[in-house]
Amino acid sequence: MSAGRADAAYVLRRLVAAVAGSFAAATLVFLILYWLPGDPAALIAGDDASPQMVANIQARLGTNAPLWHQYVTYIGHLLHGDLGTSFTTNEPVSHRLAGQLGASLQLTFSACLMSILAGVVFGVIAGVNHDRWVDHLIQSVTMFMTSMPPFWFGLLLVMIFSVTLRWLPAIGSGSLRQLILPSLCLSSLLAAQLTNMVRNSVIDVLEEPFVTTLRGKGLLERSVLYRHVLRNALIPAITMFGLLVGELLSSAVVVETVFARQGLGRLMVEALGVKDIPMIMGVTLFASTFLILANLLVDLSYSWIDPRVRAA
Amino acid sequence: MHITQVAQAGGTQFIGRPLGARRFSIALLRQKLPKVSLPVILAIFVLTVILLCAVIPGAFAPYGPTDMDSDAVLAPPGLHHWLGTDHFGRDILSLLIYGAGQSVVMALGTVAIAVTVGGTIGLITGYVGGLTDFVVMRLVDVWLSVPQMMLAIIIATALRASFTHTILAVGIVLVAPFVRMIRGQVMSVRARPFIAASHAIGTGHATIILRHVLPHCAAPLLVMATIAVAMSILIASALSFIGIGVIEDRPDWGFLLSQGHNYLTVAWWYPTFPGLAITALVISVNALGNALRIRLDPRTVRR
Repeated sequence: MSAGRADAAYVLRRLVAAVAGSFAAATLVFLILYWLPGDPAALIAGDDASPQMVANIQARLGTNAPLWHQYVTYIGHLLHGDLGTSFTTNEPVSHRLAGQLGASLQLTFSACLMSILAGVVFGVIAGVNHDRWVDHLIQSVTMFMTSMPPFWFGLLLVMIFSVTLRWLPAIGSGSLRQLILPSLCLSSLLAAQLTNMVRNSVIDVLEEPFVTTLRGKGLLERSVLYRHVLRNALIPAITMFGLLVGELLSSAVVVETVFARQGLGRLMVEALGVKDIPMIMGVTLFASTFLILANLLVDLSYSWIDPRVRAA
Repeated sequence: MHITQVAQAGGTQFIGRPLGARRFSIALLRQKLPKVSLPVILAIFVLTVILLCAVIPGAFAPYGPTDMDSDAVLAPPGLHHWLGTDHFGRDILSLLIYGAGQSVVMALGTVAIAVTVGGTIGLITGYVGGLTDFVVMRLVDVWLSVPQMMLAIIIATALRASFTHTILAVGIVLVAPFVRMIRGQVMSVRARPFIAASHAIGTGHATIILRHVLPHCAAPLLVMATIAVAMSILIASALSFIGIGVIEDRPDWGFLLSQGHNYLTVAWWYPTFPGLAITALVISVNALGNALRIRLDPRTVRR
């Protein structure tokens, strides 16, 4: 079989798995929200609602049908791209999602870029200076960054850069200046984890025999580092990145709350307040699909960077 | 021969001597204790203080959790109120001390659920293998394909948000990673000759799992439990921050932080100190976890 066909088969297999994964995730989320409490209608009606009120809401939502029937209906609609209708505003969930998506993706991608930049730069600096003071400093900072609640870091950023220094706006979304603080906040955890990962793999790669060979044949240290060490050190970091980047969109939920930004986070928090279950499901499903897609992309790029993977 | 030496000689797994002769034990830990470093001592100190606050808050708190000083509403840190006061004039230091119990119960509760449920499923599925293993692992894959924060939020919502339900929700979220990790460990232990030898001399499955397989999982389980403690504190504080599972009259640290958010511009101390308390707790747990990992896993000796 030619290499091209093998590649196509691999990509196809991964695509099928990703689509199946998305539907499995939809099933899980459906079961948790519709089956666990017994009845979303009772949840919406509140604790002191009369049975008649609950029955009315049930009829409106269609939750009085058997669970399998509701499930088949839901998945059927999902296949047509219909995420259902909001319980409270009667708007299609997909419209609301589409309206808020831009702001969240903007935040997620800028946080992604910041994390990669910070992770590679600080990771390489720490790895090359293994066990010197720079390394210890970077390690202490990343330890702190991975241990603090990201939303608290956001509040500190606002207090320093908006309230005290008045350099950047604290809230709102739209302009580039309003994007800086939320992105910094969202990227903090991922940047710290990537820094650690890159540092560790730089240290590992520097000990490999081929580095000694390269140095032995008189290659400049700079070229050893950038052309050979960095390229090999980034392979494990990319896997790690794929595992973590999917969580970024869901961390954005909390970060958007801190900075009062438009986005999926606001949608989710509003929906939680009024128990708008189709909306909660819509946001959760979108975040899951994002996670699955991120992992798929990383897996594919990983096999492109490191051909050994395809054989497995 | 020492456990780490055996492991180094044997390759990449956490392993001890066959037949559980010298398995992971308190004695082994004690043998290694004298080598603790400064960050570990600090971490143990911080954790001890937080635990003491959780158990006997009255002994440390200068004020009661509901004492309101109407002359000092949103007062900055000073002699009377070391960490300032909140919008009711309550002493923030005292609120933090009284809130410690919730954070500790939350962290230990979630991890207890994750370790027992995840550990049991992982042990059985890894040992039995075959179709059971295939089905369980696909379920775990599905579980892990929903972002953890989202999963915790929807489970807590579906169960009707309350303190115990938040513990349950975060605990359930953390089950899947435990299943995956323990199952992998069990599969590698199961393939080793001493398990076959135990079968050959007629040892039952239950005995093999409990006496021979489980002890080999103890070290990674312990390390993963510390990671889970840190994660559960952060997830729970985020849930509390967006208003899920809070008790108004006994505020936990995440809720104090979200209240402080509203007074950000006028009272920097209000959101700062609850966040610092969470960070101190998580950083101590992480430092302890790192130290344990280095002690128990020979692969990471260098770092």
